[in-house]
Amino acid sequence: MKFLEYQVKERFRAAGIPVPDGRLAKTPDEAALAAGALGPIAVKAQVPVGGRGKAGGIKLAKTAADAKSVAGEILGMTIKGYTVREIWCETAQDITRELYLGLTLDRDARKPVLILSAQGGMEIEEVAETHPETIAKLHPDPWRGPLPFEVRDLIFRAGLGPLQAQLTPLVVKLYGLARTYDALTIEINPLALTQDGGLVAADGKLEIDENAMFRHKDLHGTDESEEDPLEAEARRRRLTYVRLDGSIGVIGNGAGLVMNTLDLVSREGGRAANFLDIGGGAKAEVVHSALELLAGDPHVKGILINIFGGITRGDEVAHGIIDASRDLNLKLPLVVRMTGTREEEGRQLLREAGITPEATATGAARKIVELATGAGR
Amino acid sequence: MSILLSKESRVLVQGLTGREGSFHAEQMKAYGTNLVAGVSPGKGGSTQLGIPIFDTVVDARRETGADVSGIFVPAPFAADAIMEAAAAGIGLIVCITEGIPLYDMVRARAFVAAAGVKLIGPNCPGLVTAGQAKVGIIPNHINREGSVGIVSRSGTLTYEVIQGLSQAGVGQTTSVGIGGDPILGLSFTEVLRLFKDDPATRAVVMIGEIGGSDEEAAADEVISPGLGKPVIGFISGRTAPPGKRMGHAGAIISGSTGTAASKLKALTQAGAQVCDTIEEVVAAAAAAVGQPSSAVHR
Repeated sequence: MKFLEYQVKERFRAAGIPVPDGRLAKTPDEAALAAGALGPIAVKAQVPVGGRGKAGGIKLAKTAADAKSVAGEILGMTIKGYTVREIWCETAQDITRELYLGLTLDRDARKPVLILSAQGGMEIEEVAETHPETIAKLHPDPWRGPLPFEVRDLIFRAGLGPLQAQLTPLVVKLYGLARTYDALTIEINPLALTQDGGLVAADGKLEIDENAMFRHKDLHGTDESEEDPLEAEARRRRLTYVRLDGSIGVIGNGAGLVMNTLDLVSREGGRAANFLDIGGGAKAEVVHSALELLAGDPHVKGILINIFGGITRGDEVAHGIIDASRDLNLKLPLVVRMTGTREEEGRQLLREAGITPEATATGAARKIVELATGAGR
Repeated sequence: MSILLSKESRVLVQGLTGREGSFHAEQMKAYGTNLVAGVSPGKGGSTQLGIPIFDTVVDARRETGADVSGIFVPAPFAADAIMEAAAAGIGLIVCITEGIPLYDMVRARAFVAAAGVKLIGPNCPGLVTAGQAKVGIIPNHINREGSVGIVSRSGTLTYEVIQGLSQAGVGQTTSVGIGGDPILGLSFTEVLRLFKDDPATRAVVMIGEIGGSDEEAAADEVISPGLGKPVIGFISGRTAPPGKRMGHAGAIISGSTGTAASKLKALTQAGAQVCDTIEEVVAAAAAAVGQPSSAVHR
């Protein structure tokens, strides 16, 4: 789950990490009121993606009239597929230097990693390529967290020694927040050094581990309606679905198998419209639901179902396919490859319903590409 | 010979009285696994599938000498179950559970490392030593005894390879699913080292996928210096877009790391035979161990 800047900053403030004063606005008039109360402000589009500044989603406003007109431009904009419905109006900062402080997961080390850089204000991946010498990392022990001397060492290695007295507690607080919220990623970027010598979180990012949501039932991140509508619908149906940009709908069981099916479709000259994993032991209803979801996607010109029966049973899957084809009056080309547990029963059911199962995954991919590209013309 | 698991292994199942646990424990038993105990807090003293149930892993180990544990407990409690097994001195822990919170797993991983025991998974299908024993959910009927070792991050794709090989008359020593999560126990590197030292394994199939850099690490650390036997490599997710999690929590390309291209290049440069399809993997493995029919006794 991701959060918007203002939601992240509320949590920073509660944890004692300094943030600029700000107000949330949903209309130009509210932005004007904010400028009236706060003075010169930055008007910032609230969308859960990076690159807002470049997209024109962040603008300065000196007066209430400025704020009103700037807010009118930003509200309603679309940034990377997200419509701007809220803007965060905060006191403009007199920034002399931009730093970076964040925590993410280091898969290779099998630990979280704190990252501090003397170079902030851009994506940390970009800094890693252009100014690697400005980046310092610390892998805190996951049982005790970072100790003050380890944090000081991190700060000195980043070349930020003169700021260590101010920075040390910030690093410790950020780690605490990460633990409290089961953060996959938490960032202060930029961490701004202001004219008066203070440090302030000028922007923030927080993404929470979905697997830990049972511990955070009270939290609400960005509105699901902002997501891709098909991805949101798939989530409601408890299907593991990712929208892609092709025309061939793909359903399979197991993440690796579905990924491989996408690769096979591509190898045969097609492009998949989605990744959809029905998981292990799927019943007929799940297959039905998956087919219904894809049949409702206008980009889908044909559907490929690839099943390896382990816990999943071929006859269950076949029943789901047959029922869905009938209920949905499915006109799209449909190709099924089925092997494993109860494959013979499943194939027989399919043949009786007029669906010829393919013998191999490669053959099935070839066939659906032929049929779907024909159907698309 | 085989790696990690044999018919002598004394296996317990944590969460045996649950729906998944009981179903798969029964399958494991049917495969011939020496299943000695189940653990379900509060149900100690009962029996299920003719197997004694204990309240704690310590009790189960003391009473039955269990040395391997398969974990089927729900995600919120799974990391604790892993640590309970490690603290009780279980030497090999296999965690099937999917969806364990990241910080729980990071702590459990550190705990297991400090205890000096082996962990497979989580979010994995487990492992089978063909004809001897199984811990996990790999279908029983597809396995066949032979000389190919398998290590994989994917479940169903592993089953595809096992079945393809078996149907071609090519058997396996041990098939290990290391799991699809970002924080794992044994890595490709560690499992490949075990296969290197196993004389019964004459070729190894390695099934990787996008995300992380464990495939690259294995290429550098064990394949490139020489495994002494052929390695057949395969990577799924070649067409996956960056920034999207493809089902497995760990299957995501972040920036420029975790791409299939990087993994394929590393494997090729290290001297592995890289294949484009599962059918090719099966053919390559069959060729690597020669005509299989004389080597396989079923």
